[in-house]
Amino acid sequence: MGFDLQVSKRLGDAEIALRLEAGEGLTVLFGPSGAGKTSVLHMVAGLLRPDRGHIRVGGVELFGDGIDVPSERRRAGYVFQEARLFPHLKVAANLRYGAGRNAAIEEVVQLLDIAHLLDRWPRTLSGGEAKRVAIGRALLSDPAFLLLDEPTASLDRGRAQEVERAILDIRDRLRLPILMVTHDRLQAERLATTMVEIDPMRR
Amino acid sequence: MHGLTAEEWGIVALSLRVGVVATLAALPLAFAIAWLLARGRFPGKILIEAIVYLPLVVPPVVTGWFLLVAFAPAGPLGVLSDGVLFRWTGAAIAAGIMALPLMVRAIRLSIEAVDRRLEGAARTLGAGPWRVFWTITLPLSLPGLLAGTVLGFARSLGEFGATITFVSNVPGQTQTLPLAIYAALQRPDGDAIALRLSALSVAVALAALVASELLARRMRAAMVHGV
Repeated sequence: MGFDLQVSKRLGDAEIALRLEAGEGLTVLFGPSGAGKTSVLHMVAGLLRPDRGHIRVGGVELFGDGIDVPSERRRAGYVFQEARLFPHLKVAANLRYGAGRNAAIEEVVQLLDIAHLLDRWPRTLSGGEAKRVAIGRALLSDPAFLLLDEPTASLDRGRAQEVERAILDIRDRLRLPILMVTHDRLQAERLATTMVEIDPMRR
Repeated sequence: MHGLTAEEWGIVALSLRVGVVATLAALPLAFAIAWLLARGRFPGKILIEAIVYLPLVVPPVVTGWFLLVAFAPAGPLGVLSDGVLFRWTGAAIAAGIMALPLMVRAIRLSIEAVDRRLEGAARTLGAGPWRVFWTITLPLSLPGLLAGTVLGFARSLGEFGATITFVSNVPGQTQTLPLAIYAALQRPDGDAIALRLSALSVAVALAALVASELLARRMRAAMVHGV
């Protein structure tokens, strides 16, 4: 079971409305920029409250029918479009921020090839390095599902391919439901199990 | 410069004690108010803001007199009058009240400068509101917190009008450096003493500023290179 969303939200004078039902695997949310894709991810993560609707992931009700699970208890592994690493913590501490005692840090570090970055400060990382650390941090927080917002934007082609491989690995080996936003149709076709188009916001 | 007399050392020690106690006592209050003003949305916020900043613009004598009325034996805080009136604790209260607006202002700016998207990221990683506060918001607003503390301490050391109105000019209790300088200037032969005490207050203030700058540099260095 994957994502089951029906949300609407008024932001300013625009309205985001989306209905999405997807099975296991990786669901790509595809659409023009400004369609509210990131807002949908924020709603699933609990950082933005829908006006109406419901949000279920893996059969668990996160929002709707009077339920509104707080963000910290939704177990969303959210990789933001900007890495959002904590600038006052080194890479290792960023990775450990949401990790439990038994988190497989070494495994994730290997998967993402970031062992040489552990002792660095976030501000010294390149865009691609920061993105991989952000993915690792999300994976280590014992997520029930992943939210990826343009995970390969700002990366050069080699790095983008590596990150795509890591995403496929996560999809097929860890079997986490993934909701991913991209505006790259080819990438969407390469990675998606299910593809959902979001319409431009109604005004 | 000649060595300090025991009396002068006493004045310096009292000034430091009043300044440190005033600053440390005002700090949590300043942080709470700064937080409320930076993050809170409630009716009457502008009024709270105005009241907090009031000591900055009202003549200090007026603030001192209000304190005197409040802490007078028959006043609303009269139960505390024995421990406060003509005592160093009263001087610390006056200094703290006068320093509060400056501290609130500096701390508020630093809280407002914290990237709230980082707090959102921390929440998705499982951190509840308190953990977000202690591990993200507070460390990231530390530079402003430090600046506010130094500013408050410097303001406390220089406090004069509210103090002399509220708790008078009692040697050994409320006679901090500025009040001692004022007292010296009232005496026909006091110029030399006033000069020494003035030099002393410049030295103390300078030491505080240099110490804070060094601390800030070490913090910045720790952020960039690791401790």
